[in-house]
Amino acid sequence: MTAPLLDVRGLSLSYGPVRALRGVSIDARAGEIIGIVGESGCGKSTLASALIGLPAPGATVAGEVRIAGEDFLALPEARRREWRGARVAMVFQDPMTSFNPVLTLGDQLVDFQHRSPVPRAEKRARAAAILARVGLPDPDLALRRHIHELSGGMRQRAAIAAALLMRPMLLVADEPTTALDVTMEAQIIHLLRELRAEHQGAIVVITHHLGVIGELCDRVYVMYAGEVVEEGTVDEIYHSPRHPYTRALIDCDPAHIDGPAGRLPTIPGRLPDLTGTLRGCAFQPRCPRAGPRCLALAPPRVAFGPTQAAFCHEAGR
Amino acid sequence: MPSAVDTGTAAAPAHRTRGALARLARDGLGLTGAILVAAFILVALLAPWIAPADPLRLDVANKLQGISLAHWAGTDQLGRDTLSRLIWGARMALGISLSATGLAGAIGLVLGMIAGYGPRWLDGLMVLCFDSVSSLPVIMFALAVITVTGPGVATLILVIVTVSIPGYARLIRAQTLTMRNADFIVAERTMGASTARILLRHMLPNVVGPLVIVLSMDVPVVIMLEAGLSYLNLGVRPPQPSWGNMLYDGYTSLRQQPLLVIASGLPLVLATVGFTFLGEGLRDALDPRLRVASR
Repeated sequence: MTAPLLDVRGLSLSYGPVRALRGVSIDARAGEIIGIVGESGCGKSTLASALIGLPAPGATVAGEVRIAGEDFLALPEARRREWRGARVAMVFQDPMTSFNPVLTLGDQLVDFQHRSPVPRAEKRARAAAILARVGLPDPDLALRRHIHELSGGMRQRAAIAAALLMRPMLLVADEPTTALDVTMEAQIIHLLRELRAEHQGAIVVITHHLGVIGELCDRVYVMYAGEVVEEGTVDEIYHSPRHPYTRALIDCDPAHIDGPAGRLPTIPGRLPDLTGTLRGCAFQPRCPRAGPRCLALAPPRVAFGPTQAAFCHEAGR
Repeated sequence: MPSAVDTGTAAAPAHRTRGALARLARDGLGLTGAILVAAFILVALLAPWIAPADPLRLDVANKLQGISLAHWAGTDQLGRDTLSRLIWGARMALGISLSATGLAGAIGLVLGMIAGYGPRWLDGLMVLCFDSVSSLPVIMFALAVITVTGPGVATLILVIVTVSIPGYARLIRAQTLTMRNADFIVAERTMGASTARILLRHMLPNVVGPLVIVLSMDVPVVIMLEAGLSYLNLGVRPPQPSWGNMLYDGYTSLRQQPLLVIASGLPLVLATVGFTFLGEGLRDALDPRLRVASR
């Protein structure tokens, strides 16, 4: 088996006393699409910012983010800047605000290639080519447009084009379809799947939407309160979830409810306080199967076959 | 579809400027402002050729005259031709106000972006400096500078620039602060842009709009400031004509001949109106986000 392209080991990140990520380990091989799923506040977006080496100012980071074997976080800022765009790029949730409102799309796509030595006309041609690739009908016209003059779907396509412009090894998509309606969502998922075939690198999709993960990803990491609680292939996670949180999450997905239900199911309780050290399992206060061990001891990693594992005392029983 | 965006395939910045000018031309008030400002600049540049008489030639026998064929705008208390003095005064007024506001605006822009985007301790330090400078009373400050350097146009510009920088810098700082964590700036960082690139290529066009309008509206304020300082003999020294010292000449002889005050005030009013309209027109024309709304 080839070494993973992205290898995150024991990544922890704190904003002052708040420990937003606590020992997260994920990996992705070239050509793979992995999904990170979890509810709001579980650390998904913090993880995304760490993956591109841009944690919020004042955050303390520990652990490794290895991309093609090199630890991104250990590099000096100047080197990290060279990596961004070229090795790792990001697609944002809202393309309306992630483009400069006063520059044309063309100006901006040319500007993104600032490290490339080729002449301006060539950069513009490359921008047009990549816009055509992501399915914008008239790329030359789109290059002369400002972002507010494009439709929502076109904007998100343009955002993906911008991220792919420098052929990054790792593409991080933070809620890439959340701002879109369902039709657009389906189109963008389709586009990302197509791109995966040609794109040599790995794609990390971060979302709270289980449907997107199911449509798009090969493997899934389920996060809760700054930790990975379960990992596995999409099939394993959807059809035989082992961690009580994963089960609860899937039960709550409205897509899984047959017929009219009086109330939508929810997970009782709320996220634990992330300041200070957590004793035992983070999910324990909300867990229907919590036992005495869950209160005292950090949950062990329990493997269920080569690809699936859950961090839970009770999962193996 | 907006037609301005569809024209030409030339390099984008030139294209953008052309589009902005075309939009300015379609805006009635903006066009009026542009024409007024252009007329004043033209008059100032062509002063030696279009002034009907020597602005410094005394003719005390014909002092404080009204409108006549020989003196279209009358004469002042020393019999000098008012129209000629106004035309030469435009040179002084525009030269000082444009160079002073331009220089102050450029420095304020750079300092403001550094304060707004840089580390917080630097921001605190710079705001402290801005506040210290703006707490100086202009006249006292001007007197202090003049005791060191002596009066003159250069001193006048130095004083005006120094007291104007904090306002512009604070305006830009506030704009930059609201933008510094905008998604597109973060996106820019994720694409590996350096701080200089972010500030110059992405921040600047987003924050410069309000500065353009404030600057063009401040040009007449600076003309007034020049007038006030010239009156105190801290700026343009007689017999050199400036709208400011002419206004004060007119004020001293208001009872004998009100025409002098009216004639010296009129260009000031027209310049104020012109620069203000131009500023508003430019703001609308330069900001692509306002295009749809203004159409």
